[in-house]
Amino acid sequence: MSTPVSSPARPGPPPTALRGERRVPRVFYLMVLPALALFAVFHTVPLLTGMFFSLTNYAGYGEWSFVGLRNYANLFGDDRIYGAYGFTFLFAIVSTVAVNIIALAVAIALNGRIRFKTGFRGIFFIPNILSILIVGYVFNYLFSNSVPAIAEALGVTSLTTSILASPDTAWIGVVILSVWQAAAFNIIIYLAGLQTIPGELYEAASLDGASPWKQFTSITFPMIGAFFTINMVLSLKNFLQVFDQIISLTAGGPGTSTESISLLIYRGGFQGGEYGYQTANAVLYLFVIIAISFIQLRILQRREASF
Amino acid sequence: MTATSSSAVRRVATDRPDGDDVVERAYRPDRRRVNWWLTALVAVCALTVLIPLYLTVVTALKTPDQLGGTGFGLPTTARWENFADAWTLTSFPRALLNTGLVTVGTVLLTLVTNSMVAYAIARNMHRRFFKGLYFYFIAALFVPFPIIMLPVVKQTAIFGLDNQLGLILLYTVYGLSFNIFVYVAYIRSIPLELEEAALTDGATTWTVFWRIIFPLLGPMNATVGILTCLWAWNDFMLPLVILSDPSAQTLPLAQFIFQGQFNTNYSVAFASYLMAMAPLLIVYLFAQRWVISGVMRGSSK
Repeated sequence: MSTPVSSPARPGPPPTALRGERRVPRVFYLMVLPALALFAVFHTVPLLTGMFFSLTNYAGYGEWSFVGLRNYANLFGDDRIYGAYGFTFLFAIVSTVAVNIIALAVAIALNGRIRFKTGFRGIFFIPNILSILIVGYVFNYLFSNSVPAIAEALGVTSLTTSILASPDTAWIGVVILSVWQAAAFNIIIYLAGLQTIPGELYEAASLDGASPWKQFTSITFPMIGAFFTINMVLSLKNFLQVFDQIISLTAGGPGTSTESISLLIYRGGFQGGEYGYQTANAVLYLFVIIAISFIQLRILQRREASF
Repeated sequence: MTATSSSAVRRVATDRPDGDDVVERAYRPDRRRVNWWLTALVAVCALTVLIPLYLTVVTALKTPDQLGGTGFGLPTTARWENFADAWTLTSFPRALLNTGLVTVGTVLLTLVTNSMVAYAIARNMHRRFFKGLYFYFIAALFVPFPIIMLPVVKQTAIFGLDNQLGLILLYTVYGLSFNIFVYVAYIRSIPLELEEAALTDGATTWTVFWRIIFPLLGPMNATVGILTCLWAWNDFMLPLVILSDPSAQTLPLAQFIFQGQFNTNYSVAFASYLMAMAPLLIVYLFAQRWVISGVMRGSSK
């Protein structure tokens, strides 16, 4: 009768046939083993192979030999690597902040006293069902042809050339496309969060004379803390892997000004004969993403708890 | 007493075909007075979503000499041949078939296998092996695709999986991490009593899963199905690196190749964009409420 407590939260009486058995039903193993095998073969094995080849000078074909940690050492002296990390982080941080502010604002508006809620909600989700690559081509035309033409008509000289054509502004185009696309999903997540807040809280706050801003900072924001955490972590993680947007807008250019880490790994690894070197870059990238995700979760969770 | 409480919980678990019940209830108190200023503001924001779509439609209908300027003007005469040209130039029927095949295959295989794995894990979380398995799958959420990209391409080529079948398999396997996470949370909220009753009556665990649990997973299957469908349909990177035979091209990949070859013929290009976007847009038009409630449900788990 020793019953390991599997889930204290679960309702219902404890000791039963499925729980706390000494005998493990074989069928449960049959259910997971094929998936485990496939996952190991197509995820864990490539991960380990990648780590292995990061210690070699493999070009992607032909002979290779061990070079120890030389690839890693070279990474730190490579301007192209610095460029890619610099751009990717600038892009990812700006996009994460922008998309979360915009999505939260739109979600609050959609949750407010407006008409045609379902219709608007439906429209705002459209970008999420479209291919980023294809939308990116449309935005490419928008940035290269439409915006300069409009700027010319309005006499705004700074925008008469395509923002994608300048190394200093091309990243902004990538941010705009990414925010446009990612906001759709984040709006829906925030909306789901907002609907968990009981309306009585706002009624009580209004009676107490709390201003809308006060209501936002002391009710809305604390109540959707978990949703904010999820959105921040997922957005940053997705933006750090930016690829499709860049292929369709700038192809990494002008020069290498918008070359992201993913694009660099793809190009160097498949086309540049840098298989071993770029897997080293990918391993570094893995550790960076893991470190950032954990730091973010810790900071955001502490913030949640402090309310 | 147990019976009533369990059936109540079951009702909660099953009778949520869409989150809209919740949505409507949350909206109701607001119906008293409509804030028209806010409505107008939201409408303006919604325009930013629609402008690129509008641009796509009008550009797709123009003749080359009507291009230029801002591109926002309506076409003076519609050139429907753009679509016919795009149809043949991008091998649209073949790309559509490939994408459709990969998407349907991925969604079906994902629903059937991922839910089953999640069930086995959820009901054995107190056992070290299954708990370890759970964290093993979840940990993969933190692994960016580029690190496995280079080796996995070599592997799929060796296995002869550099085709549509390989894509289906890889999407199903890579989806496990996230899907296990949402399925397990959901399955653990389903009370055990039903399964126990069935097992006492002599049903096997397989039967219990397929006849009792899988139907109860309906709402979660919808969520996972929708997200998987959007991913498999729109993904570009995996087809780009995995597929070797041009005849296996999916829609986004075909657009990429097409772009490289005919990058100046904007009208035909935009017609092909519109055709590539259309299938999911049309489905979405009719299933909009269902899609959004499915996504919302996934987020609250």
